[in-house]
Amino acid sequence: MTAIPTAARVYILAVVLCAAAAAGPVVAVTPLAAITGAVPWPSMLLLAVLYAGCELPARYRRAGEPVRVGAGTFLPVLLAAAFLLPPTAAALVAVPGALLGRVDGPPAGVRRIWRAARLALATWAAAHTYLLLDGERTPVAPDFPYALVPALAGALAFFLVLTVLDAGVRATAEGVLPLAGPGASTPTPGSASPAPHCVHGLAGLMTAVLWGSPYGPLSALFVLLPMYLSCWVFAQYHRERAAHQATIRALVQAVDIKDRYTRGHSERVGRASVLIARELSMAEERLEIVRFAGILHDVGKLGVPTRVLRKEGPLTPEERRVIELHPEYGHEMVRGIGFLGEARAAILHHHERMDGSGYPYGLAGTQIPEFARVVAVADAFDAMTSTRSYRRARPVRVALEELERCAGTQFDPRMVRALVRALERHGWQTAVTSDETAVPLGPPRPTEAPGSGASHQLRTG
Amino acid sequence: MGLPISYGQGDRSAPVESHGARARRPSGVVRAVHVAAVAVTVAALTWVVAHGVAQPGNALAFGVFIAVGELARWWAVPGEREPAPLGAAGALAYALLGECAGEPTGHGAFQVVAVVVAGALVGAVPHVARGQGPALDHVARRVLTVGFAAVCFQPLHVSGELDLRLGQGPGYALFLLVLLVLTALCDAVLAAALLRARTGHPFRPLLRDELRALLGIGSAVCATGAVMALAVAVAGLWALPVFCIPLLLTQLSFRRYAAVRATYRQTIASLARATEVAGYTRPGHAHRVAALSMAVGREMGLCGPDLTLLEHAALMHDIGQLSLVDPVPEGATSSLPAAEQRRIALLGGAVVRQTGVPAAVAVVVEQQADPYRDQPLAARIVRVANAYDDLAGGSGAGAGGALTALERLRLGTGCDYQPEVVEALARVLKRVLV
Repeated sequence: MTAIPTAARVYILAVVLCAAAAAGPVVAVTPLAAITGAVPWPSMLLLAVLYAGCELPARYRRAGEPVRVGAGTFLPVLLAAAFLLPPTAAALVAVPGALLGRVDGPPAGVRRIWRAARLALATWAAAHTYLLLDGERTPVAPDFPYALVPALAGALAFFLVLTVLDAGVRATAEGVLPLAGPGASTPTPGSASPAPHCVHGLAGLMTAVLWGSPYGPLSALFVLLPMYLSCWVFAQYHRERAAHQATIRALVQAVDIKDRYTRGHSERVGRASVLIARELSMAEERLEIVRFAGILHDVGKLGVPTRVLRKEGPLTPEERRVIELHPEYGHEMVRGIGFLGEARAAILHHHERMDGSGYPYGLAGTQIPEFARVVAVADAFDAMTSTRSYRRARPVRVALEELERCAGTQFDPRMVRALVRALERHGWQTAVTSDETAVPLGPPRPTEAPGSGASHQLRTG
Repeated sequence: MGLPISYGQGDRSAPVESHGARARRPSGVVRAVHVAAVAVTVAALTWVVAHGVAQPGNALAFGVFIAVGELARWWAVPGEREPAPLGAAGALAYALLGECAGEPTGHGAFQVVAVVVAGALVGAVPHVARGQGPALDHVARRVLTVGFAAVCFQPLHVSGELDLRLGQGPGYALFLLVLLVLTALCDAVLAAALLRARTGHPFRPLLRDELRALLGIGSAVCATGAVMALAVAVAGLWALPVFCIPLLLTQLSFRRYAAVRATYRQTIASLARATEVAGYTRPGHAHRVAALSMAVGREMGLCGPDLTLLEHAALMHDIGQLSLVDPVPEGATSSLPAAEQRRIALLGGAVVRQTGVPAAVAVVVEQQADPYRDQPLAARIVRVANAYDDLAGGSGAGAGGALTALERLRLGTGCDYQPEVVEALARVLKRVLV
């Protein structure tokens, strides 16, 4: 509790008071409303129980078990309530579920209250918007093309209120308290988009239509099933994607097992390649691919005998020939990975030189794939600016001068210029990247050899 | 790959991919299903031509909806369970449609089948134009299952029996739900029987796979079918485009999931290839062992996640060799002393733990060199498949080499290899080699 700044406390209190004011009348006039039937209590209670029932299972998830569904899965229930009930009653529907649901952080009480208040306010706003645009309260036979307008407007109001409230809490708490728990739909900054809320709005409308129809609330549950499944699969997708990325990293680490000097080199080449590519205004998807090209460029070293890779001192011509096979080995390994696309060619050709004297094919100039030219520059740059067993790292300025000297013969001048510009803008850290802490196996390393990389670049290039 | 045909890979992709690839001639089951579907279609079309189309507006709307839904096959990911869920949901909704905006319908079961077939055919035109025939098994299944739902529902509805007994209330919705569950079960049995006939895999694991898929996209299709039938009854045809959106979203999510799974598999296969490129194992060894393990696993009744685990473990079983400074000759670890085999297995498990695959895979890799009584089933299978590939010399050993290798494995069933696994391998090889 002590972690919450005063401003945030005041802000949360204000929001809670607003929510109470919004939902209050129902509670205040309970006896009267019950007599007059102004508040459809059965629907309200049923919806509140439904929402709480949706949120509860997440609370009893065992620690370590993956999250089943992401945030916002059950919002259609709240939106359906907004379309079915008077605003004050709709606001109350969110409260039990929000109070009971799972929270992730320590000030659990504050988080729960905050979540209940923000969802209640958002639902209240959605219900009012729906009313303002002539939405029918219990849409028995909805007038269809038009019925969409108030529903979508209601969903947008819901989204806007949530966004504004969250922006407020972020501002007052200054990131100390990312208060929005998982039951809250809120978007991390940057991913805020009204589109998912529009879909939730449609699903809410459908739920409301069926809820009010003669077929009753049971049929409304059918609507929620595909929504739930969709969110569930989405969570699975994220888990699988994370696993995939771990596997890619394992590929890189497998190289580390063999070539102890290249620690961190691959990640840094990936980073430098992205800097160059971004400077050349490549599309966002291609940036991702060029990053993989950089990370995996030396994966073929897995095919080079460990004795040769670890050899100190000058290489014999025979050993050099064996090392020069690594681009082809790498290509052979990754050619089955469809999503790598252009990165595969980059792995094959990252040792080609502009004058045609490189390997494996001796391509020249623009015959060399664009990504290969990017990776070649990034590779050489990182090799020069990191420490090797046989020499110390050179300063960035010296390395760039060296690259500029070789531009045209060894490197594509365009890529070298892009790297120079990018470094002027962003600077460069040679530190080993943080996410490479664990080394899978092999004899323990003597010390953390700060990166090095492409020793072949200097030995053979 | 020396063996005449591939065993099929991937837990989900295998059955579906094998539809066309399998050289097997269609068996009695397949022919019977096709003939039944054609017979039902012909009967339906004849009936519609003779009696005319009832409520042509509804028929047209649902026909167009189904045709548009079928277009989704364009972007189908290989191995997808239901590549056109919108088409399926639309067809089910039409079969269960009793009212439209409060007006009772009277189209009957035959018209349902006719409209579904017409919609599916129109939707298939772009695919045929692109040179891919419609997946005949899918169309036959669609016709038969929709026919089943329509025959269960429409006569009851048209005769007024349903209204009399259940009225227009929650009971009606519940009835639709039960009917859809029955239909889905029939579809699963039909799909498993067709796959069994096409691939020769045992029926039960296939059925279990189908039933598991039912919980995924299958349940979303059924729920959407029921929702659309009810919503059209309440709100008219406008409900069709609006109410399909959650299903569309579900399909997109499933596709993305399938795509990332496929990519993941490719990456694991590449990691497995590292040992080959490095010269530690013979080319194609990991891939062959994975394919053989999957076939044996299927033969022994494994399905779903168990098969995926088996495949990943088999692909990565040799990864520990990367940490050897000098390669084992030919990569044939099965001829090494047991202690050395176990050491490599442990090293491999350590690598696998880094790769983000489930820990169970690492356990299988670690224990692959233990006596079979201490191993989980997946490790027993991988061990046998690995030893077979080493003994049979990998490529092109032919029937003679296969028999010799099997004989050697049978001699090792006292301690190293589980007899049941070896016998399952023998059955798989018999199917493949004969």
